[in-house]
Amino acid sequence: MIGERVLALDPIVVGVILAMAIVTYATKTGGLWLVNRIEMSERLEAGLSVLPGAIVIAILGPELAAGGPAEWGAAGLVLLVMWRTESILLALGTGVVSVVLLRGLF
Amino acid sequence: MQDDPQTSDREPTTASGNVERTETSQPDPVSFSRGGIRAGLLTCVPVAIGVAGYGVAFGVLASQVGLSVAEAALMSALVVAGASQIIAVELWGDPIPVVAIVVTTFAINLRYSLMGAALQPWFQRLSATKAYGSLFFMADENWALTMRDFRAGNRRGAFLLGSGIAIWLFWVGSTIVGALAGETIGDPAQYGFDFVLAAVFVALAAELWEGRSTLLPWVVSLGTAVIAAEFLPGRWYILLGGFAAALLEVIRHDR
Repeated sequence: MIGERVLALDPIVVGVILAMAIVTYATKTGGLWLVNRIEMSERLEAGLSVLPGAIVIAILGPELAAGGPAEWGAAGLVLLVMWRTESILLALGTGVVSVVLLRGLF
Repeated sequence: MQDDPQTSDREPTTASGNVERTETSQPDPVSFSRGGIRAGLLTCVPVAIGVAGYGVAFGVLASQVGLSVAEAALMSALVVAGASQIIAVELWGDPIPVVAIVVTTFAINLRYSLMGAALQPWFQRLSATKAYGSLFFMADENWALTMRDFRAGNRRGAFLLGSGIAIWLFWVGSTIVGALAGETIGDPAQYGFDFVLAAVFVALAAELWEGRSTLLPWVVSLGTAVIAAEFLPGRWYILLGGFAAALLEVIRHDR
């Protein structure tokens, strides 16, 4: 089962990965490059700082809205475990197990 | 890495670690030594183990959308940006929506520009090769550790590189583990693995929550995304939600 499929490299996929790598490296270096030249306004800084969380929420919202009580309950449990333990593995494990159990119920 | 003549004369050349200085003169040079790399690496290992949790999840998700183990590992090795990689495989399809993936990756990773900019007081004293080479390895976690180290008064310029190497090793390794595991899982929904992605994002949200000031931008993002998902094709609602929140933040900044 685990054969050449494991090592397959599709040229288009590699191209997309390279494009992602280039834009990511541009974001990692762009800030330092810019502040060595211009002053970034605090206003813009504040706007950019909310982007990661806002994007995560923008993905989650429609995804959970498309789910049902099982997914909502499991999401709540993930949040609870994450909040109490701050352990990502524990939180993910709880989510996966509880969604299976809750889907059996609903 | 080449030697920087500005700092190398003040560098202890042994790998024995401690490069803190008791006496400081103006302007204070920033070191870039093997000791700094080692300090960063060792400090970051416990954190990198946590990062590996996301790496396993990413590997599983990547293999479920049809990426091979080699492709998933390549992405982790070259992109080195967890949240954007997870979102990229969420967007993945046939045909691959290249523009949406690349634009979304850029938008999610824009925060790295801010983080990189915050390193400037120290990194401006390093050569361009060292500064921009280290930044390849910058992730949220090791950036935070590096800022803490700098603010504590240490001037170990190689700390970001060392801690980044720890992140990179665990990130790529755990991606391979996850992708191999994903290959052997049959129908993901049967074991609840289709829920991994939502669970990862709930966990990410919990980590990104910064208190009440986060609430309004998140509500705006949520509302925009849910409405846009109804009426727009594809995944553009993700960017719209993010930008609506950023716009709000820019407008209300000095209310």
